[in-house]
Amino acid sequence: MRKTLLASLALVLASSTAFAQNATGTASDNKIKIGILNDQSGVYADFGGKSSVEAAKMAIEEFGGKVLGMPIEIVDADHQNKPDIASNIARQWYDTEQVDAIMELTTSSVALAVQAVAKEKKKIDIVTGAATTDLTGKACSPYGFHWAYDTHALAVGTGGALVKQGGDSWFFLTADYAFGYSLEQQTGDFVKANGGTIAGSVRHPLSSTDFSSFLLQAQSSGAKVIGLANAGLDTSNAIKQAAEFGIVQGGQRLAALLFTLAEVHGLGLEAAQGLTLTEGYYWNRDDQSREFAKKFFERTNKMPNMIHTGTYSAVRQYLKAVEKAGTDETEAVAKAIHEMPVDDVFAQGGTVAKNGRMIHDMYLLQVKKPDESKEAWDYFDVLDTIPGKEAYMDPAKSGCDLVN
Amino acid sequence: MTMIFGIPLQAFLGQLLIGLINGSFYALLSLGLAVIFGLLRVINFAHGVQYMLGAFAAMLMLQYFGINYWFALILSPLVVGLFGAVIERFLLSRLYKLDHLYGLLFTFGLALTLEGTFRYLYGASGQPYAVPAQLAGGTNLGFMFLPIYRGWVVVVSLLACIGTWLLIEKTKLGSYLRAATENPVLVQAFGVNVPVLLTFTYALGAGLAAFAGVLAAPVYQVSPLMGSNIIIVVFAVVVVGGMGSIMGAILTGYMLGIAEGLTKVFYPEASNIVIFVIMAIVLLLRPAGLFGRDA
Repeated sequence: MRKTLLASLALVLASSTAFAQNATGTASDNKIKIGILNDQSGVYADFGGKSSVEAAKMAIEEFGGKVLGMPIEIVDADHQNKPDIASNIARQWYDTEQVDAIMELTTSSVALAVQAVAKEKKKIDIVTGAATTDLTGKACSPYGFHWAYDTHALAVGTGGALVKQGGDSWFFLTADYAFGYSLEQQTGDFVKANGGTIAGSVRHPLSSTDFSSFLLQAQSSGAKVIGLANAGLDTSNAIKQAAEFGIVQGGQRLAALLFTLAEVHGLGLEAAQGLTLTEGYYWNRDDQSREFAKKFFERTNKMPNMIHTGTYSAVRQYLKAVEKAGTDETEAVAKAIHEMPVDDVFAQGGTVAKNGRMIHDMYLLQVKKPDESKEAWDYFDVLDTIPGKEAYMDPAKSGCDLVN
Repeated sequence: MTMIFGIPLQAFLGQLLIGLINGSFYALLSLGLAVIFGLLRVINFAHGVQYMLGAFAAMLMLQYFGINYWFALILSPLVVGLFGAVIERFLLSRLYKLDHLYGLLFTFGLALTLEGTFRYLYGASGQPYAVPAQLAGGTNLGFMFLPIYRGWVVVVSLLACIGTWLLIEKTKLGSYLRAATENPVLVQAFGVNVPVLLTFTYALGAGLAAFAGVLAAPVYQVSPLMGSNIIIVVFAVVVVGGMGSIMGAILTGYMLGIAEGLTKVFYPEASNIVIFVIMAIVLLLRPAGLFGRDA
């Protein structure tokens, strides 16, 4: 009996590896304080993670560490992809640590939870890490912004490209939470609107290690395209295992709907070659993007993807808005963010819609073959530029009550 | 087409085979845990990390010394086993006279430290490790496309499981080991060096975990998190099988692998909890586990 008791204790212990990193820093009023809240240890840690904190610091350093004479501080924490942990940290930051804005917010379920907290407390949040369009739809906030990308842009970009190439029947492997549903639904709608059909879908738990069962179901569905409506390590594992089960050789195509430079790096060009994906930024696109990437690389030893650069852009724009508003008061800063165009290394001629969506161009990218890659991290060919107006949902149709 | 529970027979067979493949990893890992628990009475929370270290050792050997998969399959368990021996000798052995909980807490702490270190060094996404050329490709079995490598995993892990079971149940060394657990003082009086036996056992368990790690490297990404992803499931396997029962751990590993595989067809959303549901039911009905003796 004692043995089993111990064993169950062991399991309880293990399942609560919970280790929230405590935010550091002291409370003060005459300060601008930015919180970066993201996954720093789990399935999305390379997607943004600690490197995003460096990106945020780069933006702060451009301002000389001060705005309106007030020092700028930064705090960061690991939310472990758990909405409850994230909400608690957000409350603590907004209430007792005088954090003015929370950014990044990887994982849609987390972003939705924190945006609700921010709205209730009349504070700013800028989401760069999460994808669901609900953030600027039914869950929109007058002080909430969605910066880097969203499920609609991914559906239009990657989904659109594959449908054009004749991929007219789809089977989805979907991560079993808000983001996955949103991505599956919007890609599915887009495919159907273009005359395609949906052969079926299967939902897998977040951070699965083995996809073979799901892949086998996708294989036997006979669909031309297998849409991976998941992200991070989940997508990498699914792609790797799809190769093992001869899915691509069998004539089916994989659509990694949310896949960035960081995951391609982890997967290696050998396994990733030929994949089509959509990002809001690619480091090796022009001189400006290369210059930023080089600086980022010196600090983090990796090239930035759209999440890292998006966080940089969000912090920079927030600080510019504080400067323009002449205060860190929420209403005034939110108004300034809505009014100012976004022009930086991430977005050129970006605009912020009433529902909080930052509308900017997206890029349709294809992963190079190993022998086409000229240097380390030279992974993509830019196939197409998708204008912001096409990539993002018309704000009037977003379901956000802030848009009349 | 023949249907079983509403799905085509072919798909059903495919899923059964996949369950068996995953079950192989569960069996290998829970075997090591069961050996360590059965003989040392230590709940080895570092087992997942030892699995991860096995995979990393294989990858690093390839990267820095050009040692291929086949040698890594032998060398990596040796290296990790040696590491286990050092841990046991200098740290873990000091805790034997205390409550089991101390061993658990120590190995848990060790696991967190090592995992954190590797995450710091290599990031969370992990690194690729190629399937060895001799085992690349796949073969069409009629009902499914079986990657040759996965077939190899099933065969090899089955052999490793049977080998370990024979070693402990049928050899002289095994009988010393079992005797040393029953009554260490008496065995020592017969001139057997019990502490060395215990060190060997821990090293064996760690080596088995590393072996599973090398096997897993080409299938999954070599990632610092791979251990913590699987360890909880493996603990559940051991609990269902009966703590300390070696054959129980092996059989339960395969059974739960299959149960999990089938859940992925019938109700995929539940696939990551089905093992725990089974564990809860088993604990309710047979607290000592399916194959365990009542303590």
